[in-house]
Amino acid sequence: MSEITPILPRRQFIAQAAAAMALPLVFREAAGEPAVPAAGWIDCNAHLGPHPNRDLPPLTTESLTSRGLTEAWVAPLEALLQRDLASVNARHAARCGGPLRAVGVVHPGLPDWQEDLRRCTEEHGMKIIRLYPGYHGYTLDDPSLMKLLEQAAAKNVRVQIVAEMENVRTQHPLLQVKPVDFKPLAAALKHLPELRVMVLNANATMAQTTLRGLDNVWLDIAMIEGVAGVENLLKQWPQDRLVFGSHAPFFYPESSMLKLQESELSEAEIAALKSANARAWLS
Amino acid sequence: MRIWDLHCHLSGVAGLIPEDRLQNLLRYADRVGIERLCIYMGLKWALDPSPDDLVKQNDEVLRALVKYPDRAFGFVYLSAKHIERSMAELERCVAQGPMVGIKLWVAGRCDSPEIDPLIQRAAELKAVIFQHTWFKTGGNFPGESTPDDLVALARRFPKVPMICGHTGGTWELGIRAIREHKNLYADLAGSDPTAGMTEMAVRELGAHRVIYGSDAGGRSFASQLAKVHGAQISAEDKQLIFCDNLRQLMLPILQQKGIKA
Repeated sequence: MSEITPILPRRQFIAQAAAAMALPLVFREAAGEPAVPAAGWIDCNAHLGPHPNRDLPPLTTESLTSRGLTEAWVAPLEALLQRDLASVNARHAARCGGPLRAVGVVHPGLPDWQEDLRRCTEEHGMKIIRLYPGYHGYTLDDPSLMKLLEQAAAKNVRVQIVAEMENVRTQHPLLQVKPVDFKPLAAALKHLPELRVMVLNANATMAQTTLRGLDNVWLDIAMIEGVAGVENLLKQWPQDRLVFGSHAPFFYPESSMLKLQESELSEAEIAALKSANARAWLS
Repeated sequence: MRIWDLHCHLSGVAGLIPEDRLQNLLRYADRVGIERLCIYMGLKWALDPSPDDLVKQNDEVLRALVKYPDRAFGFVYLSAKHIERSMAELERCVAQGPMVGIKLWVAGRCDSPEIDPLIQRAAELKAVIFQHTWFKTGGNFPGESTPDDLVALARRFPKVPMICGHTGGTWELGIRAIREHKNLYADLAGSDPTAGMTEMAVRELGAHRVIYGSDAGGRSFASQLAKVHGAQISAEDKQLIFCDNLRQLMLPILQQKGIKA
């Protein structure tokens, strides 16, 4: 992990020695401590497969373990634009395994999406599905989405909703997708108190406005920005409903990893972020 | 690894007064191993600052620098719309003051020859020249420069080094735009940490023309450091990007001012 362990000038190193005890374990390797905690480190927001318009480095078991990550929840990037999701999910399930937990994708606007959900759960053994309202062109008050959420709750399937994949300012001009409007989510979840939703790539503004106060919603940190962004978010967002997500390989995974070092977090907060909250969400 | 941050602001960070905000920036910079910060612009941002706004914002940076002279460098905020007052600010803050660079933002585009006196004087002072740029898919602000605009400026001053802020944001375009102009450097700051950015910049520009910056406090240090820490490039190139290139650009004015760094 020396690649992401900054080597400090002596003056700064001394100044930080005390603070270092509060750092995530993975960053302590330079001090001779274990790089990976026993509880593991789960990336709840990762992808496999080709991106529509970028050549991304492949996410592999080796790329995870070399960074100290023990598990990644991966969804197929092909699902952003391909319509034969049954095929996408089947191929995706076959290429996952080990630390790569397969997450299926369901599009409630497609005819007979119910069969996709059935295959994800019954044939591929997936416990999580990921939704892309922006890329698939529906809003969160769409009646089909309500039916999908009801079925997911009934099947005890966890649901991830992707807020955005890329900032609108840098998107390909022929592939412009706005961030998801989460205002309707509160009404949708009101009737499904048992459903657990994880919103991926939400920004701090979403967390403080449309997502605020939703008891069965979890967030990841991939797009939480600002100096000490995670620390600041935890002043307003429940500690037990925030998880580690990197948005890799679209983002450099070091981005989210270093956010845990930048923010001043307690050992309990770090442990919760790195794996405990993700496990609780999935259990 | 020695790290200097080219691109920081006093906004987006806690603190009621400038020195408290810089203190908070440094507190988190320390946690991720950043040695020095370049800061520009004051507590309240203005897309199109009045002449008095410029003075106020530069005063705030000067005030913060007094408390942390060994940790921060100041760049004077100038406007392409107020050349006369900007020239005066350049004299006050750089020629007569402690600042070591200039910052041009989005009030007016840098392809306009009207800003040439600012660039000429900054070059004479050996000040580092930083121009914000973006190629926004949805369109720029009216006065917001693109890397193409900066290229037009660079053609008029082919021997003056200048920094292309944000590498144009949409970096696949920004890198291509500035590639042939050897006096232009790419600032990595202030866009999402999209994989491949730094690798392309190093491949097309050479590592010696790429500079790490964060755009803190609006951005985390972490997401921007990741662009270098996570890039598939050599450790030597990372050191160039993290500190050595910026330090090399700054050394003439630092030495002139007797600043050790």
